[in-house]
Amino acid sequence: MTTPMAVALEDAKVAFRLGDGRVYTAVEKAHLTVAQGEFVAIVGPTGCGKSTLLNVAAGLLKPAAGSARIFDRPLAGLNRDAGYLFQADALFPWKTALDNVAIGLEIKGTPRAEALPLAQKWLTSVGLGAFAGRYPHMLSGGQRKRVALAQVLIRDPKILLMDEPFGPLDAQTRQVMGNLLLDLWNADRKAVLFVTHDLEEAIALADRVVIMSAGPSSRIIGDWRVTLPRPRDIFEVRMDKEFHALHREIWSVLKDEVMKGYAQSAQAEAV
Amino acid sequence: MSRVTLLALQVLVAIVCIALWQFFSTVPVFGKVLLPPFFFSNPVDVFSQIVKWFASGVIWKHLAITLWESILAFVIGSVGGVLIGFWFARQPLVAAVFDPYVKMANALPRVVLAPIFALWLGLGIWSKVALGVTLVFFIVFFNVYQGVKEVSRTVLDNGRMLGMSEGQLMRHVYWPSALSWMFSSLHTSVGFAVVGAVVGEYLGSAAGLGYLIQQAEGVFDVAGVFAGMFVLSAFVILIDVGVTLVERRLLVWRPTVEGRG
Repeated sequence: MTTPMAVALEDAKVAFRLGDGRVYTAVEKAHLTVAQGEFVAIVGPTGCGKSTLLNVAAGLLKPAAGSARIFDRPLAGLNRDAGYLFQADALFPWKTALDNVAIGLEIKGTPRAEALPLAQKWLTSVGLGAFAGRYPHMLSGGQRKRVALAQVLIRDPKILLMDEPFGPLDAQTRQVMGNLLLDLWNADRKAVLFVTHDLEEAIALADRVVIMSAGPSSRIIGDWRVTLPRPRDIFEVRMDKEFHALHREIWSVLKDEVMKGYAQSAQAEAV
Repeated sequence: MSRVTLLALQVLVAIVCIALWQFFSTVPVFGKVLLPPFFFSNPVDVFSQIVKWFASGVIWKHLAITLWESILAFVIGSVGGVLIGFWFARQPLVAAVFDPYVKMANALPRVVLAPIFALWLGLGIWSKVALGVTLVFFIVFFNVYQGVKEVSRTVLDNGRMLGMSEGQLMRHVYWPSALSWMFSSLHTSVGFAVVGAVVGEYLGSAAGLGYLIQQAEGVFDVAGVFAGMFVLSAFVILIDVGVTLVERRLLVWRPTVEGRG
C-alpha cells in the first residue's frame, strides 16, 4: 500500500454534550476508509449518525476519540481537500446561479473576469447554461442541487463529501441527479463519501456500501463491495440480477437496524 | 378587480369624504352647522391655502428643510445601526452587557428627548436630526442584529467548506444577510426619519413642515393646519414610492412574499 487513503477514520468516536449535562454518544469506534478514486456510500437508519461521521471527515466536527486522517495527514480544522454537498439548501440566496458557482473560485483569489466564464462552463455541464442569471428562489429544488454541485466541483476538490444531497428531491429527479453525478465523477474519479438512507441509491452509485447500526453509539456493521461494471446507468443497473442479489443480502442486515431505529424513536416519543 | 376599477373606487372614497366635509361645514342641517368652520375649516379653504403656498413658493423652503433633516436622520441612524448591530451580533459578550441599556433606551418615548436635543443642539436642523436618529437607529440596529444572528447554519457551513476566511464570510454571507433585513424594514425606518424631523420641528424650530403646522395652530388657522397635514401626507407618500423603487432594485434575489401577480 503506497498510495495513502483519501479519508481514514480510525476508531472515531463522536459525542455531544446534551442540555442537561449528559453525554450522548452518536458514533462509537468507527473505522472507515475511502481510497483515492473510490466511491463509498454510507447507509443506515434515521438518526444513526451517518451525517455525523461525514462532518468528522469534513472537519466540521472533532472526534471525541480516535483520529481522522486525510491523505495520511491528521485532520486539523476544516478539511481543505474536500468539497461538501449539503442536504439542505446551502446556496447564497443573494447571488445569481452564476455568481454562486463563481464564488468557489473567487474565494481562492481567482479574478472575477476569469472565474465567470469557468462558472458558465460548469453551469452548462450540469445542464443549467441558460439559467445563469436566476436567483436560487427562481430555481426548482433539483436545479438548486445542480448549482450546488457545480459550486463544489469548480474548486476541483480531491474529496467529495455528500450528505443525502438528493434527499429532498422527488424520485425521478433523484435518479437524473444520480446519473449526472456519475457522469461528472467518471471524468476524474475523485474520492467520494456519500451518505444516504436509500439502499438502492447507494448500490447504484457506489463501489462500496457501508452499513451503520441504529443509534445511539452506532457502529459500522457491514461493508460490501459493489462489482457492477462502470460506467453505470442508474435506470438500467436496477434491473441487473447482481444488483438484486446484493440488495437482498445487504437489506437482510439493514432491516433489523431500521426496525431497531424505529422502535427506539417510538419509545422516545412515548416517554 | 381591474386596476382601473380599483383606482376609480379609491378616488371615489376621497371625493365622498371631501364632499361630506364641504357639505357639513357649510350647509346648516336643522339650523346647525355640524362641522363648525372654526374647528374643521372646509376643503375649499384648505385647498386654496395649499395653492397659495405653492404659488408663492414659501412651501419649497420648508419641504427642503424637512427632507434634508429626514435624509440626515436616516443616513446617520442607519450607519450607526448597521455598525453597532454588526458589532453586537459578532460579540455576544458585548451584546449581553449592553442588553438592558439598549432595551431601556428603546423603551423611552422619543418625544421626551426633544427638549434635551433642543437644549444641546439648538433650534436648527440638528436637534431634529438627532430625534430622527434615535428612532431610525433602533429599527436598523435590531434588524441588522437579527440578520447577522439568523444567518442560515447551512449557508454558513457551506461558506466555510468552500474555504471562506472570516473576512470573506463577512462580505459574502453576514453582510448581505444583514442588509436584506435592514432593507426589509426600509419603509418603517424612512417613515420614522420623517416622523422625527416633523415632531422635532413641531416642538421648536424656525422652518419645516412641522413648523408650518405649529405656526398655523398658534393663530387658530385650522385651514393652515389641515393644509400642512395634506402636504405632509403627500410628501411621505412620495418618499415611500421612492423607497419601493429602491427596494425592488436591491432585493431582486428575494422571493416576493405577497403573491401579487
